[in-house]
Amino acid sequence: MAAEREPPPLGDARQPELEELEDGEDLFTSTVSTLESSPSSPEPASLPAEDISTSSNGPKPAEIILDDDREDLFAEATEEVSLDSPERDPILSSDPSPAITPVTPTTLVTPRMESKSVTAPVIFDRSREEIEEEANGDLFDIEINVSDPEKVGDGMNAYMAYRVTTKTSLSMFHQNEFSVKRRFSDFLGLHSKLATKYLHVGYIVPPAPEKSIVGMTKVKVGKEDSSSTEFVEKRRAALERYLQRTVKHPILLQDPDLRQFLESSELPRAVNTQALSGAGILRMVNKAADAVNKMTIKMNESDAWFEEKQQQFENLDQQLRKLHASVEALVCHRKELSANTAAFAKSAAMLGNSEDHTALSRALSQLAEVEEKIDQLHQEQAFADFYVFSELLGDYIRLIAAVKGVLDHRMKCWQKWQDAQVTLQKKREAEAKLQLANKPDKLQQAKDEIKEWETKVQQGERDFEQISKTIRKEVSRFEKERVKDFKTVIIKYLESLVQTQQQLIKYWEAFLPEAKAIA
Amino acid sequence: RRRMEEPLEMPPGEESKPCSFSGELPADPSLQVEISDAVSERDKVKFTVQTKSSLPHFTRPALSVVRQHEDFVWLHDTFSENDEYAGIIIPPAPPRPDFEASREKLQRLGEGNSTLTREEFAKIKQELEGEYLAIFKKTVAMHEVFLQRLAAHPILRRDHNFHVFLEYNQDLSVRGKNRKELLGGFFRNIVKSADEALITGVSGLKEVDEFFEHERTFLLEYHTRVRDTCLKADRVMRSHKSLAEDYIPIAVALGSLGTQEVQQLQMSFLKLAELFERLRKLEGRVASDEDLKLSDLLKYYMRDSQAAKDLLYRRLRALADYENANKALDKARMKNKEVKSAETHQQLCCQRFERLSTSAKQAWAELTDFKSRRISAFRKNLVELAELELKHAKASSLLLRNTLIVLKGDV
Repeated sequence: MAAEREPPPLGDARQPELEELEDGEDLFTSTVSTLESSPSSPEPASLPAEDISTSSNGPKPAEIILDDDREDLFAEATEEVSLDSPERDPILSSDPSPAITPVTPTTLVTPRMESKSVTAPVIFDRSREEIEEEANGDLFDIEINVSDPEKVGDGMNAYMAYRVTTKTSLSMFHQNEFSVKRRFSDFLGLHSKLATKYLHVGYIVPPAPEKSIVGMTKVKVGKEDSSSTEFVEKRRAALERYLQRTVKHPILLQDPDLRQFLESSELPRAVNTQALSGAGILRMVNKAADAVNKMTIKMNESDAWFEEKQQQFENLDQQLRKLHASVEALVCHRKELSANTAAFAKSAAMLGNSEDHTALSRALSQLAEVEEKIDQLHQEQAFADFYVFSELLGDYIRLIAAVKGVLDHRMKCWQKWQDAQVTLQKKREAEAKLQLANKPDKLQQAKDEIKEWETKVQQGERDFEQISKTIRKEVSRFEKERVKDFKTVIIKYLESLVQTQQQLIKYWEAFLPEAKAIA
Repeated sequence: RRRMEEPLEMPPGEESKPCSFSGELPADPSLQVEISDAVSERDKVKFTVQTKSSLPHFTRPALSVVRQHEDFVWLHDTFSENDEYAGIIIPPAPPRPDFEASREKLQRLGEGNSTLTREEFAKIKQELEGEYLAIFKKTVAMHEVFLQRLAAHPILRRDHNFHVFLEYNQDLSVRGKNRKELLGGFFRNIVKSADEALITGVSGLKEVDEFFEHERTFLLEYHTRVRDTCLKADRVMRSHKSLAEDYIPIAVALGSLGTQEVQQLQMSFLKLAELFERLRKLEGRVASDEDLKLSDLLKYYMRDSQAAKDLLYRRLRALADYENANKALDKARMKNKEVKSAETHQQLCCQRFERLSTSAKQAWAELTDFKSRRISAFRKNLVELAELELKHAKASSLLLRNTLIVLKGDV
C-alpha cells in the first residue's frame, strides 16, 4: 500500500508511459473508438495524473481520477460538493435541491491520463444511454451471484471454489452473462488491489469478508456436519454481498482488476493474502489510524464537515456494535428455542401414544405435529435473523472502519503537505545561508532543491484538496447507499417476522378444533 | 388480594383464575376453602386459609387460619400413611414454594451490572418482578387446589387432621418434626418404587383384578412420559423467556440509534425500537401462557399420576404382605415357633387386604375419576393454549404489518 506519489515527469518522458499503458490496457482499446464519436464539451484537465506502483499482478493500472464538479455519477445528490462551498449541511438534506440541478451526464471521465495536451481527457467507454440511465436512478445494471460452493482438492491443501456469475447489460463487459470459478483468496486478492489503488486517495473500498482459520480447517478436514455447511453458506453470502457492494461503486466498477476478476477464466493466484486479507487491511488501517492519532496531528481543520463526520461515524460504529451483539444473542436463543420445540414435539408424540383415551391421544399427537412445524418456523426465522439483520450490521461495522480509514488517509495527506512546507522552508533558509557564504556551486543545488520542494508543496496541497473533495463525494454516496440498504433490510426482516406469525396463526387455527374435539 | 412484602406490580392481563387442572370441582356450599391472602417473607410464605362451612363438626361457620407450606405437607402425609384411605388417590401435596432462582436473578441485577443502561435496567427489573409475581401466584394456586380437592372428596373432607388444619388457630408446630419427615418422605419414595419393582419383578406378583393390573401398567408408562413432556415443555417456555429478554437490549440500541442517526433513518429506527418493545411483551405473554397452560398442566398430572400409582402400590403392597404373612404363619405352625406373633401379623395383613378389597370399588371410582379429570383438564387447557397462542400471533402480526406500512410509506 505504500504508494510513491512522485509527480510524473513532465515533458517527453511522459510519452513512452502513455504508449506503454495504451498497449497493455484493455481499458483503452475500446475508448479510442469512442473518442472519435465525439462527446460534447470535454472537461479541461485540472489535475495531473499520478503514478502508483502497486503490487498487483498484470499491467500497470492507470490512475483513476474523477473529474470535478460536473460529477455525473452523483447526479442524484442534491448538494454540490466542493471544498469551498458554504453549504456544509448534513448530507442529503431534505430540503428541495438548491441551485444545483442534476446534470445529465455528458462527460464521464475515468480513468484519466495526462495526455499530450493538457485538455482532452480520455473518455471512458460508456454509451450515452447507460449514462443517462444512471442519472435516472436505477444505477448500474449489473447483478452478481456467488453460488455453488465446491470443495477442490483434499486435506489441508483443499479449498472451496465458488461460482461467480455476472449478469449485465453494461457494454464494458464482453458478454451479457458469464461466470467464473473463484476461491476465497482470489476475493482477498481483488480487495487488496482495489484497496491499494483507491483507499489512499479517498475512496471507500468495501472490505472483503474476514478469514476464518477454524471454519476453513473444518471444511478442509472434510467435516460434513451442519456447522461447516453453515460456515460455507455464511461465507458464500458474505462474498456475494461483498461483490455487489463493490460493483455498486461507480469508480471501482470500472477498475480493470475488477473486470478481470469477474470475467477471466484464469486468474493469477493472489499472493500474500494473509497480510492483505480484509482483517489484515483493517488492522493496517487501524494501526495507521492509531499512529496518526498518536502523532497528535493537531490538524488545523478548516473544515468542520470532516470533524463532524469523524464524530458521526465514531458514534455510529459504537451503536452498531452494540446492536450487533444483541442480535447475535437473539439468533442464538432462537436456535435454542427451535431445538427445544423439536424435543418437546417428540415427547408430546410419545405421550399421545401412551394416552389411552382416544380423542385426547389424537389431540396430543396433533399437538406434537404442530410443534414440529413450529420448530421449522423458528429455524427459518433464526436464519432470517442472522442473514438479513445480523450480517447487515456486521457488514456496516466493517464498512465504517473503511470510512474511518479513508478519513485517516486524509490526515496523513495533510501531514505530508505540512511536512513538505516545513522542508521547503528549511531549504530556503539553507539557500539564504549559502548566498551569504558565497558558494556558487552549492548554491545552484540549493536552488534546484527549492524548486523541487516548491513543486512538492504544490502537489501536496493539490493532493489534499483532491482527497478532501473525493471523500466528501464518497461519504455522500456511502450514506445514501447506507440509508437505502438499511431501509431495505429492515423491511425485509420485518416481512420475515410477519411471515412467521402468519404461519403460527395457520397452525394454531388448525389445531384448535382438534383440542375442542376431546370429549 | 395477594399481598407481598416487596412492593410489586400486578402484570397486566393476569387475573387470578381458579386452578383449572383438577377438572371441574363441584361447588359445594357445605365446605368451601380458599386461600384469601398470602405473604412472602424472606424464606417462607404464609397462607391465610379461609373456610366457610355448614358442616356440624366445625365450631364456627367461618374460619380463618394462617398456615405454612410444611403444614400442607404434613396434612398430605397423614392421609397417605393412613390405612383407612388406602383405596383413595390422595391429592398430591403442593410443591414447595421456590423463589430461589427468581430472587437470585433480582439480586444479580441489583448488584450493579455496569454494562446496562438505565433503560435496560428498568425493563429487566420489570421483567424479573413480573416473573416473581407469577411464581408467587402459582404457588398460592397450587396450595389452594390441594385443599379444595380435599374439601370436595366425600371421605377425606371428614378427616380429623383436615379439620384441625382448617380450624386450629395456633401454630401447628409441625415444622421440627417435618424436617426429618420430609427427608424420610424422600427416602420413602425411593424405597417405594424399588419395592414395587421387587414385588412385581421377583415374586411375579400381579394384581388380582384385571382392571387394576391394566391401570397399573398404563400409569407406569404414562407417568414416565408425562414427566418427560413436562420437562421439555419447561425448556420451551424458558427459551421463549430468553427471546423476550433479548428484545430488551435490541430495543434500547435501536432507540439510541434512532435519536442519533441521520434524518432519513431516524424514523425507521425509532419505529423499530417501539416494535421490539411491544414484541417483547407479546413474547413474554407467550412464555407465561405456555407455562400456565402447558407446563403447569403437565406438572400437575405428573404428580397426580404419581398419586394414582401410589394407590395401586398400596394395594400391591398389602397383597404381598398378606401373602408373605400367610407363608410365615404356615412356616411358624410347621416349626411351632412364634406362632402367636405370626398369627397376629397375619391377621393384621388380612384385615388390611380385606379393607383394600372392599375399597376396591372406591379405588376403581377414584381411578375412573382420575381419568375423567385428566381428560377434561387437558381439553380445557389445550383449547385455552391454542386460543392464547392465536391471540398473541394475531396481535404480533398486526403490529408488524402496521409497522411495515409506516416504514414502506417512508421510503
